[in-house]
Amino acid sequence: MSRTITIKALKYNPNSKVSKPHVAEYKLEETDGMTLFVALSKIRETMDPDLSFDFVCRAGICGSCGMMVNGKPALACRTLTKNYESGVLELFPMPAFKLIKDLSVDTGNWMNDMSKRVESWIHTNEEVDFSKLEKPIEPEVAQEVFELDRCIECGICVAACGTKLMRPNFVGAVGLNRVARFELDPHDNRTIEDYYELVGDDDGIFGCMSLLACEDNCPKHLPLQSKIAYMRRKLVSLR
Amino acid sequence: MSELIEGFLGKSIEGRKSRLPAKLDYLQSATGLFLGLFMWGHMFFVSSILISKDFMYAVARFFEGSFIFEEPKPGLVSIVVAVVFLIFIVHAALGMRKLPANFRQWQVYRTHMKMMSHEDTTLWFIQAITGFAMFFMGSAHLFLMLTQPSTIGPFGSGDRMVFMWPFYLLLLLAVEFHGGIGLYRLSVKWGWFEGENAKQTRATLKKVKWAITVFFLALGTLTLVAYLKIGLENIDQNRVGQKYAPTTQIHEIYQAKVRA
Repeated sequence: MSRTITIKALKYNPNSKVSKPHVAEYKLEETDGMTLFVALSKIRETMDPDLSFDFVCRAGICGSCGMMVNGKPALACRTLTKNYESGVLELFPMPAFKLIKDLSVDTGNWMNDMSKRVESWIHTNEEVDFSKLEKPIEPEVAQEVFELDRCIECGICVAACGTKLMRPNFVGAVGLNRVARFELDPHDNRTIEDYYELVGDDDGIFGCMSLLACEDNCPKHLPLQSKIAYMRRKLVSLR
Repeated sequence: MSELIEGFLGKSIEGRKSRLPAKLDYLQSATGLFLGLFMWGHMFFVSSILISKDFMYAVARFFEGSFIFEEPKPGLVSIVVAVVFLIFIVHAALGMRKLPANFRQWQVYRTHMKMMSHEDTTLWFIQAITGFAMFFMGSAHLFLMLTQPSTIGPFGSGDRMVFMWPFYLLLLLAVEFHGGIGLYRLSVKWGWFEGENAKQTRATLKKVKWAITVFFLALGTLTLVAYLKIGLENIDQNRVGQKYAPTTQIHEIYQAKVRA
């Protein structure tokens, strides 16, 4: 049996001098298997064409539709409205990122800066010949690297992190996960000393207060707790 | 000059970052681990009053060197307290770095905590508040023990509890919450006991943490009540300020009198 659900969403355009932040309320009929993305699309099509939110893939792969749903960060495309018993979903944009408008935030530039900050690419002195097969690595090692590579840069770990909200320069779990990914990759010739130069300070690994909301909210279930602890042990063991 | 350049730029003249943040992070954890484990031991020692006054007296005298010296040496207790006090101050100084430092940080964390309803995020806030409270309460208690070690005993501690029980009740809550959460956080922070399934281990650690907190709060409350009862009896029997004489000693005095 279908029911009427209520979607409340923060509406605010920080670039407009007349825009005042307020919560708009929409009521709509819930359909079978309705995701929050579907609900928001319906609202925009039938009730409020001005409502801004981000999406691309609608399948939990692109990481564009992260937002705060009843206080917790989640991907709209993977959030089923039926899981909210009260039928009320209160939406806020993800904190920690630059607000574009309403539920839309700029995760792209933040992730780009983070990637540059942790030098998120293979560092090697070897000349790569693209006409030949890549140097083989142990399947277990490759599996471990690929596991961390599943990050979709949705920003949910950043929005979930109390440390990041208090200290805006904190690199976040996504950055620390990235460092761990390259540290594990035998293609990368960087040493622990090199990684220390990237995240060995209070804005990096030593700023993490182990609140673990990153781990608990990551939609890809990445082993953030273990990898942050791993990098911490590695960097602390340096003389 | 190189120190000036490093202080100015945040990296050495060789272009390297300081290793100090790593050492401070390690030291914060190490001092926290010591204090957390020390508080477990401390609670067992003070709760010896639940067995008997004589037993608590023997424990107190043990720390005054009864196993070596014939006469009690309260100075030994002061030395131990001084070491603990020093570690406490170092831990407080390092922990302070993590606290909200201005209104906006406080406001954003509180809002985030309320929105998220995430247990570990809330536990950190409790840890921060209890840590802040202990800057004062822990220092007051340690200073008292440092300067008046000879008053530690069934009667002395009982007398103290009569006028200080609200203080010690608050200190007990602060210590047990802060220490319990801190030891749990240490485990997940460094990946101790992680095993094959870190999520499962963390869930188990959380349960163990709560069980230990409840146990020590119960033990602490019973101990506090036991000392308070002794203190009130001392008032009734007009022996406030007197030293406790253990039963064996009374027995010896009695025997000596009988012989005389």
